[in-house]
Amino acid sequence: MSSLLEVRDLEVKFGLRSGDITAIDGVSFELDPGERMGLVGESGAGKSVTGFAIINLISKPGYISRGSIHFEGKEISAYPPDKMRTIRGNRISMIFQDPMMTLNPVYTIGFQMIETLKAHRDISKSQARAIALEKLKLVQMPSPEKRLAQYPHELSGGMRQRIIIAISLLADPAIIIADEPTTALDVTIQAEIMDLLQELCENEKMGLMLITHDLGVVSQVTEKIAVMYAGKIIEYGPTETVVHHPVHPYTIGLIGSIPGSIEPGKDLRQIPGMMPTLTNIPPGCAFNPRCELAADICTRQTPVLEEKQNGIMAACHMK
Amino acid sequence: MIAFIIRRFLQAVVVMLVISLVVFAIKKEFGDPVRDLVGERVTPEERQQIADKMGLNDPFLVQYGRFVKNAVTKGDLGRSFLYNKPNLEVIITHAPATIELVLGTAFIIIVLSLPLGVYCALKPRSWLSRFTMSFSTLGVSMPVFLTAILLIYLFAVHWQILPSYGRGETVDLFGNGIWMTGLLTIDGLKHLILPCISLSTLMLPLFIRLIRSEMMEVLETEYIKYAWAKGLSPRRVWLVHAFKNTLLPVITVFGVQIGIMFAFTLLTELVFQWPGMGFMFLEAVNRADLSLLIAYLVVVAASFVVVNTVVDILYGFINPTVRIAGTK
Repeated sequence: MSSLLEVRDLEVKFGLRSGDITAIDGVSFELDPGERMGLVGESGAGKSVTGFAIINLISKPGYISRGSIHFEGKEISAYPPDKMRTIRGNRISMIFQDPMMTLNPVYTIGFQMIETLKAHRDISKSQARAIALEKLKLVQMPSPEKRLAQYPHELSGGMRQRIIIAISLLADPAIIIADEPTTALDVTIQAEIMDLLQELCENEKMGLMLITHDLGVVSQVTEKIAVMYAGKIIEYGPTETVVHHPVHPYTIGLIGSIPGSIEPGKDLRQIPGMMPTLTNIPPGCAFNPRCELAADICTRQTPVLEEKQNGIMAACHMK
Repeated sequence: MIAFIIRRFLQAVVVMLVISLVVFAIKKEFGDPVRDLVGERVTPEERQQIADKMGLNDPFLVQYGRFVKNAVTKGDLGRSFLYNKPNLEVIITHAPATIELVLGTAFIIIVLSLPLGVYCALKPRSWLSRFTMSFSTLGVSMPVFLTAILLIYLFAVHWQILPSYGRGETVDLFGNGIWMTGLLTIDGLKHLILPCISLSTLMLPLFIRLIRSEMMEVLETEYIKYAWAKGLSPRRVWLVHAFKNTLLPVITVFGVQIGIMFAFTLLTELVFQWPGMGFMFLEAVNRADLSLLIAYLVVVAASFVVVNTVVDILYGFINPTVRIAGTK
């Protein structure tokens, strides 16, 4: 059987007056049922755009210019809006970064939960309410009945993110795409929310695509990792192996910059320089100006993602 | 919610006291009521007596206190020598004409600005949006009296399909001679059309633009993107999620503008010879009926305060965050 979600050679462009900019350049990965994957990279690497591209919700003027997105045996990348709606919030749910901004301030939690269910199923309001309550209990929300009548501003950030997770669970989706779900939260709440997400995905057999810049979080929650740099996946493999034996110099640098990866008292490692902007990607390997190992070939030829060692795929000439 | 309403009400009372104090202070500086009353041929001694009798020589605060007391307990705002009737009665009989003018204008504004503003936000590139936006610039920049005269020329003089002045046929709404309405007769409604259109040309473009820009801003928010991600239909995202948030600032502005419109009717009433409060005010200014002017200013201020208080309370119903702030 093929994978639940199979993304092949995805390319996303943003149409600007000065010409199109490529934000995602030939990204491929797959997700099996119940599998948890991390999509890691710096800001601007194209993680979020990849996530939004899957449910075809890229902000204008972005569009999918090439590639295929295969989900539950169907090609969904070219679905018309009507058909795409039956997937969004139903088979694939999303969790956004900032729970303070995600819920509509003028409607109650109950209203926003029930409408989601009613958009996808032909059920009565009381049935929808019952399901909403059940999901609120599932995310361990204290006094769930009371929450339904409350407005978003009456709840804390952590509570709101639990509500949003509950909303994403409403229709029993096959995949949850979580875009930096804990970045806007306190550190203590972050751990709670991550534990909750992991537990839910395990119990409910849901696939998780965790988009984050936090390698620490990814290594605890996911089974495999894709590292993105300047719109490309440059390393892809099982989480254990990538974290402990990374291949690509960029991934090595990323892991070296995490506190705890080095002896106390020593300076953390830094990757010199900055990721190039999309309009200004250097020829060859996009990482070559910052790379310690860069050789002549790196500035001339773009490396392809290929099997290196221990089941890790990486795009590097030097390894 | 009740605490919120009470708080709002108390604020309104304080505002009214301050406004009436300011207006009342003007009285002291302008003209001499005794001269208005008795003319030139009365001796200074007799004038003093009359002034004493009327309490005009009392300290300012005593006079003001009496004014407020009479206004609150008896609804007495003084007497107009121009009409030789109590001021309040003069104002009340002139108010319906102005209120109906403003109501008709508000109706035109609501009915046109909501759909046009929302449409322009959703389809900014369509020809209808472009046309609306450029036409509204024209509306904003044309002064009311010019639009009014243009309308009169076209509809009343050239095509002769609508009347150009007055209220037309009116009927007594409550049977007590206070509220003569033009809303219930065909002739009265016909007379309303041109004044209402010319009064709305100023505010309508403003509201179309306001609704459009608010809506466009709301459409860019995270919660709208999230509404799409939940798989909701475009109708639901636009008309349920975006629209209500768009309305919040629009309602506030609308309340203030309705109040301002009462003042703007002055020009429209003059051009269309509309027998409303603005017309009455101009007459009072011409004849230096100071007592009526003061009463008018107090009444206008009061209607401002009432409208704004109602809008605030309405806002509290729509925006839950305001309600919470009010109860604390």
